[in-house]
Amino acid sequence: MGKIQLQNVTKSFGDTNVIPPLNLEINDGEFAVFVGPSGCGKSTLLRLIAGLEDTTSGHILIDGKDATYMSPSDRGLAMVFQSYALYPHMTVKKNMGFPLKMAGMSPEEIEEKVSAAANTLNLTQYLERKPGQLSGGQRQRVAIGRAIVRQPSAFLFDEPLSNLDAALRVTMRLEISELHQKLKSTMIYVTHDQVEAMTMADKIVVFNSGVIEQVGTPVELYRTPKNLFVAGFIGSPKMNFIQGNEATKRGSSTLGIRPEHIDVSATEGEWEGTVILGEHLGSDTFFYIETEMGAITVRQSGEVAFKSGDKIYLTPLTNMLHHFDEQGTRIP
Amino acid sequence: MARKKSNQYRILITCAAWGVALILSFPIIWTLLTSFKTEIDAIASPPKLFHFNWTIENYFIVQERSDYFHHFWNSVIISIGSTLLALVIALPAAWSMAFIPGRRTKDILMWMLSTKMMPAVGVLIPIYLICKDLGLLDSRLALVVILMLMNLPIVIWMLFTYLKEIPGEILEAARMDGANLKNEILYVLVPMAIPGIASTLLLNVILSWNESFWTLNLTGANSAPLTAFIASYSSPEGLFYAKLSAASIMAIAPILILGWFSQKQLVRGLTFGAVK
Repeated sequence: MGKIQLQNVTKSFGDTNVIPPLNLEINDGEFAVFVGPSGCGKSTLLRLIAGLEDTTSGHILIDGKDATYMSPSDRGLAMVFQSYALYPHMTVKKNMGFPLKMAGMSPEEIEEKVSAAANTLNLTQYLERKPGQLSGGQRQRVAIGRAIVRQPSAFLFDEPLSNLDAALRVTMRLEISELHQKLKSTMIYVTHDQVEAMTMADKIVVFNSGVIEQVGTPVELYRTPKNLFVAGFIGSPKMNFIQGNEATKRGSSTLGIRPEHIDVSATEGEWEGTVILGEHLGSDTFFYIETEMGAITVRQSGEVAFKSGDKIYLTPLTNMLHHFDEQGTRIP
Repeated sequence: MARKKSNQYRILITCAAWGVALILSFPIIWTLLTSFKTEIDAIASPPKLFHFNWTIENYFIVQERSDYFHHFWNSVIISIGSTLLALVIALPAAWSMAFIPGRRTKDILMWMLSTKMMPAVGVLIPIYLICKDLGLLDSRLALVVILMLMNLPIVIWMLFTYLKEIPGEILEAARMDGANLKNEILYVLVPMAIPGIASTLLLNVILSWNESFWTLNLTGANSAPLTAFIASYSSPEGLFYAKLSAASIMAIAPILILGWFSQKQLVRGLTFGAVK
């Protein structure tokens, strides 16, 4: 069990209101990702759920019970920190056994559960080492191991992969997703990386300045972003925004088109432009094109032969256009 | 060529370092030598460096005349007592300032340090009168309390610097792992802070051991520690250099030995936070 409900939760630090009244429900077994730019309040919200910060007002319910005033240790949640936060003076085994020791389990039980968790995370051969003798990836696995041993009702991840290098990040991302499928527990994962959000989440919650901009599945957010912020934040490279005549002609204030939804041609098309730069990734090619409406990014599958300075014609896929009004809200 | 030059440079630096060390430790070496001289040799002019009649009788006379061990125990009780008392008060203070800093934490720390800037003699009369009224003149209790107060700012500062180095996330992790405040301190905070606590204790034992202003002014025969014991040999009847030297060596020997064996810990303690 691990259903988490936030009811009119607010948080202020002194006079600064970080989180205005906020309502959110995370269902049992769901992998929810909080995503947003730095300083948007997503980590603060996670810390409120964990109990590491006090809410200014509102209620936090865990499995239907009001946990607003419970201490972190009584909430039955486990957290994985960005800095791993391992106990440097304890071995891996002791680190992972610490929550069980605090729960008053017998040494035999602790031994059994720790070795089971170490097995799952491929840490068996490191059990006697201290955190200082491990690599970044191994430390992160120990931190995850410490979280899973006591079978919490939900896991909280606070940007757990930001200290790892790019290759390791992809591997650990897969491991966490696999872990979620195996354990089927609720997980709340905070990140500023929209790729992590898109690849891991059942449900993405997009934050901006403490406010939830949109909640939905990755595909929903990609296909039908509710406003300009979500449209610009989800998807890489970013969605192109076009204003002015071209937008008004199509009945909107701002027109959005993703780079992958534009056809290119050397001879004919709706918009004319000049190639400024091409990025060749092998599987894809990104072009940055200067047009009358401003700079536009285009993504093409495979290798496409355009050089800097070439004249190019662009045609948007009409059914893939996103329309936004003056307030930046989506026009259905 | 470059290697030769660097060797010459190293020899030069080594000689200079030995020279400075010799100058700094010369008074102690001279005291040690004088303590093995007769009173006549001690005041000989020109001074005798090594060619004198070596004797250890000064040490016996000093012990016989003024009961070294009585003063030694006073020093032990006063220095360790005041340090432990300071620790009991400083640890919660440093903990709260390091982990739950308020808007005025820095000001409070500066204020604490500023009390060390005032000369001790400035409060001699009030403290003397308080001790007199409370009947605490010539008592070890009074010295324990006063030396504790004198060293408290340093103890708090040192512990604060150490505790500040412990990442808050580790303590938060302990809380998430189900540790209450007692377990958080017992299993996580203290084991991580032990090197810091140890060097703080060590330094403050040394400071209290060597403290001579209050120990000289507030003690009589009863509670006098080793500092007063040394001072008693510079008496109005005339100086007895050899005996004074023997008394000094006996007084500083315990702390010198303690410092020698713990110098690694001490250096780490003093430079902590300065070099990361």
